[in-house]
Amino acid sequence: MKPAPFAFRRPATLEEALAALAEEPGAKVLAGGQSLVPLLSMRLAAPSMLVDINALPGLGHVRCSSDGGAAGVRIGALARHAHVLASTEAAEVQPLLAMALSHVAHPTIRNRGTTVGSIVHADAAAEMPMVLRLLEGSVDVASVRGRRTVPAGELFAGPLESTLAHDEIAVEAFFPALPEGAGVAFQEIARRHGDYALVGVAALVETDGGEVVRARVGFVSVSDVPVVVDVTDSLDDPAGKALAELDPAADIHATAAYRAHLVKVLTPRVLADAVHHARERNT
Amino acid sequence: MSEQLHDVRLHVNGSVHEVQVPARRLLSDALRHDCGLTGTHVGCEHGVCGACTVLVDGSPVRSCLMFAVSAVDAEITTVEGLTEADDTPEGRLSPVQQAFSDCHGLQCGFCTPGFLTTITAGLKENPDPTEDEAREMIAGNLCRCTGYQNIVKSVLRAAEIEQERS
Repeated sequence: MKPAPFAFRRPATLEEALAALAEEPGAKVLAGGQSLVPLLSMRLAAPSMLVDINALPGLGHVRCSSDGGAAGVRIGALARHAHVLASTEAAEVQPLLAMALSHVAHPTIRNRGTTVGSIVHADAAAEMPMVLRLLEGSVDVASVRGRRTVPAGELFAGPLESTLAHDEIAVEAFFPALPEGAGVAFQEIARRHGDYALVGVAALVETDGGEVVRARVGFVSVSDVPVVVDVTDSLDDPAGKALAELDPAADIHATAAYRAHLVKVLTPRVLADAVHHARERNT
Repeated sequence: MSEQLHDVRLHVNGSVHEVQVPARRLLSDALRHDCGLTGTHVGCEHGVCGACTVLVDGSPVRSCLMFAVSAVDAEITTVEGLTEADDTPEGRLSPVQQAFSDCHGLQCGFCTPGFLTTITAGLKENPDPTEDEAREMIAGNLCRCTGYQNIVKSVLRAAEIEQERS
């Protein structure tokens, strides 16, 4: 249970970090390390170099803005889950953040793990990649070639695989604010609170005059990539619509049939919670 | 080819330790092997069991999920650093340590250092937890002996001792 040898850099500026990544195709970025270090220790990954970004300045922010098209929460690459969860302003601008973050691992892991790192780790069993996708957020990435913004819909390529190039660092994630008339909800079933979800479900509904005009549901641990299903046209049987698009898999934690069962139970429940949340915000 | 070593200055329990380690040295191993602080125990080595939990700048963190080379700027507290100074050479047990002793909160003791550090930080954040909050506080730590009942009692008792001492 020890990692294989690797070269180590701990740059003081983003430019140095990007240059180190560009020079070494086998390099990996180390942020919170709460997913990466177990992979290294179990030797499921053996990068030739780690570029530790924890000494970089100006990446620990949780910045909220509630007006205009850019309304939302901007989270820097070094903001720990615990820091994001502690932000009451972030929870007001986008309530789904706090709802989901309280399910991300145990507090000790949240003290070190970063929200942006969790997103680009692209684990379909993790809450935040799905939340970003459900909210149609984005990630800003930097490399020696410049900066670009990757929409959440184009971020996830496969199991534990993002579409980022090897020399890119995700520097910030953007979670759009919850618009007026909209509501969100999150629930998950895990063996213990804080463990990986057997199934997690989040919903985002938009209402107009109390009527649901758009409803989308995101799923954790059901598919091998973070997945979101639009159920606007199937509000009478949203779980049926979702299961038609999903193919729950079996693993040591749950059978495929049990996962499908949890999708059936949780989907209508979470949608109802989100509708309730929308109405509550409007009163 | 021998592995490159890094000079790392670790701040642990108020002392400075200058160690030479390969980049892949886990903080847990650096504390035990390089600093000689064997109070931090190593259980699963992939972040599940919580035995290796130490305080990094006051917050509980898994020392098996950090590299020593990443800990250069941090103030680290291990279980050895929890004891409070008094006029005896060995100091006195901290409220959490005293509560574990009073309430039989440990049996084999392997997991105990992780519980002590986690609860010490937990009570700073929430000095008067309910039983449910006490359970939530220790949810990330595994114990195979006690069945947790006496650990939950210890959390509540530690909160009382803190009050009594202040």
